[in-house]
Amino acid sequence: MTQGEMTGAKALWATLVGHGIHTVFGYPGGAIMPVYDALTFYPEVRHILTRHEQGAVHAAEGWAKATGEIGVCLATSGPGATNLVTGLADAMMDSVPILAITGNVARHLMGTDAFQEADITGITLPITKHNYVVREVEELPRILAEAIRIARSGRPGPVLVDIPKDIQLAPYSGDIPVPHARPEAPAPAPEAIERARELLRNANKPVIIVGGGSLDAAAEITALARAWQIPVITTLMGLGAFPASDPLWLGMPGMHGSVAANRAISEADVLLGIGLRFDDRVTGRVSGFAPNAAIIHVELDAAEIGKIVRTHVPVRGDAAAAARLLSEGAQRRDRPEWHAQLARWQARTQKPDRWGAAYAVQAVTERLRPDDILASDVGQHQMLAAQLARFERPRRWLNSGGLGTMGFGFPAAIGAALAEPGVRSVVIAGDGGFQMTAQELATLKKYDIRNVKICIINNAYLGMVRQWQELFHERRYSEVWLGDSNPDFLKLADAYGVPGYRADSAEHLPGAIDAWLADPKSALLEVVVPHEHGVFPMVPAGAALSEMIEQEPARSIPGNERNPTAEEAKGA
Amino acid sequence: MTDPTPRDHLVSALVRDEPRVLTRITSLFGRRGYNIKSLSVGSTEHPGVSRMTFVVTGDRGVVEQAMRQLEKLHDVINIIDHSLEKYVDRELVLVKVAITPESRVEVRQIAEDFRARIVDVGRHALTFEVTGDEGKITAFIEQMRPFGILETMRTGRVALTRGSNADIPTHVYHAGETQALKPAVEGVEPREERARGVPNLF
Repeated sequence: MTQGEMTGAKALWATLVGHGIHTVFGYPGGAIMPVYDALTFYPEVRHILTRHEQGAVHAAEGWAKATGEIGVCLATSGPGATNLVTGLADAMMDSVPILAITGNVARHLMGTDAFQEADITGITLPITKHNYVVREVEELPRILAEAIRIARSGRPGPVLVDIPKDIQLAPYSGDIPVPHARPEAPAPAPEAIERARELLRNANKPVIIVGGGSLDAAAEITALARAWQIPVITTLMGLGAFPASDPLWLGMPGMHGSVAANRAISEADVLLGIGLRFDDRVTGRVSGFAPNAAIIHVELDAAEIGKIVRTHVPVRGDAAAAARLLSEGAQRRDRPEWHAQLARWQARTQKPDRWGAAYAVQAVTERLRPDDILASDVGQHQMLAAQLARFERPRRWLNSGGLGTMGFGFPAAIGAALAEPGVRSVVIAGDGGFQMTAQELATLKKYDIRNVKICIINNAYLGMVRQWQELFHERRYSEVWLGDSNPDFLKLADAYGVPGYRADSAEHLPGAIDAWLADPKSALLEVVVPHEHGVFPMVPAGAALSEMIEQEPARSIPGNERNPTAEEAKGA
Repeated sequence: MTDPTPRDHLVSALVRDEPRVLTRITSLFGRRGYNIKSLSVGSTEHPGVSRMTFVVTGDRGVVEQAMRQLEKLHDVINIIDHSLEKYVDRELVLVKVAITPESRVEVRQIAEDFRARIVDVGRHALTFEVTGDEGKITAFIEQMRPFGILETMRTGRVALTRGSNADIPTHVYHAGETQALKPAVEGVEPREERARGVPNLF
């Protein structure tokens, strides 16, 4: 191939570059080799080689979540493509714009069970917003442009484009398409806005609850809440859409939500939901969710309105536009009793004072600067980080909300760190989840990425599963003990040239955090914590928000004071 | 607010005629637990656009949710909930009825009353073709049941909205290009967004 000859593979890069895409995450293989070959002709594209395709797609998600722009990942056919599946499902659940490009076997081999052939479009049908098999080289650039448009428009999501190898090699003589204009979100209907205003005007106990669909409407939502003086709850996905320092902020709702948020929902007479889908982890038992409230639901995706909770005033449209319209004509009303009640609930928030995972997460998150990105993995540390971190702005919190993907946090932080090299990208992970994508330490080394700070909260357990077994399975701990086989995380990091720090007590923690954050390179901090601490408050699965357990039950305390031996843990 | 009784809902979807579209739609229905009672698919007067008519059973809320999920699919151009408008619908059925020398005349007589056509004659069976709405077909089958129905095959219902408007919007995305479609009938503008069957709550 010479510089001059245009092929499908080159047209692919030309199209991505034309769309302003200059960073992609991927892993080569037989069926995508022409694309990797063509890459050598496009020095303006930075390709990040991860150590697993799952690392590539999560990194692309981290890029997209931090910037709001599309994340792109590449894989070969068969096993390469199927390794993207978890990340695509994750992006679908959390509405993350992702373009996944996979190679496939040549057209004449498709359907013959050829080497490394998998029906990736069939496999990813339910977990992508849309997907394509390119059947003619003439269609390739146009399909890519359309895929990018679909991924970014409306409620964002992942789109996969599968390209047979012979199409990558075929000569291409057409144009390189220019980006589609991003279609405008529908404007909320004036009647719906008026009905919503009316409800807010007459509300005695109003609450606003904002989700992941509100991140780009943070300024408008903040203005709206302040204008009406209505308290705000941010879901796990909406953290940062309202500044945590504002006295109107009540915290996170749901299974591990704050006392104030859950009580406020249970008591509210008007609930204004913006850009959320009323996930079961938010609502608890649906029949007990906001039982007294008239619900106003602002949402771009019509299918989410009325899907879970009954909606009194549906407002379909753009969150920012709706918030702006609702702010107009705001009538600030004093509701001293409601606010006094909320303040009493807020006072029940406990600051962790006993050494343990919560204490450690608190100590780390306290040190975050407003611009720092905090990525979490999935588990107890995720819920603790969500409860304890104080986000002042959106797109600083990366976590796997809908799918709950262990192994998400670290590669997502790498993606964000590359998107914003001047920003610290802090990961909080558990000892279990970190090992699902720990090989991406190699990515830090390969590209000398210096702004990723990994904190492993090590309780030697799959902590959240253990907590459920403790509370709901009479402490029959089944296959959750990792302490007998965990690696020495500092040695593991060292093997990849990443400096490591360790703390195992409240006394050692501040010094270790200082050294870890001050290290000029990306670094790992392992915090060894007691084995059996739980995350509270907690709403048991299937219970109503009003049935929240506020504090760790006394019966679980004895186990916390010492660490069981491996034999005890196995036999328990 | 919505009718909670499970009922059959007749819905048409105009979809892009591309591989896997049927899978996409049926897998969406399957995943979310909506049962399709009947399904017919065929091409339309516009190249690249197919029409599906399906019957979904469920309460109003379930059907609305199913339609909103369908609408999100990129391949779906338009959805028409026929229960919201006047429509004509038809179904074709082939029915093979057992006959004896004694029953032969009576069976033929009933078929004539239903304007059913005989499409195959055997020594012990007659096969009829019946076209009509669901009620007519059900009534025909019930009339024939006593004689012994050997086999039936129903096509599933097909439907069109009454009147002169076309359900296909003027612009259809096809393989990345927006194609302007010609009006179906000269002088009658195809409707743009109107026919979106999902009741507009917004």
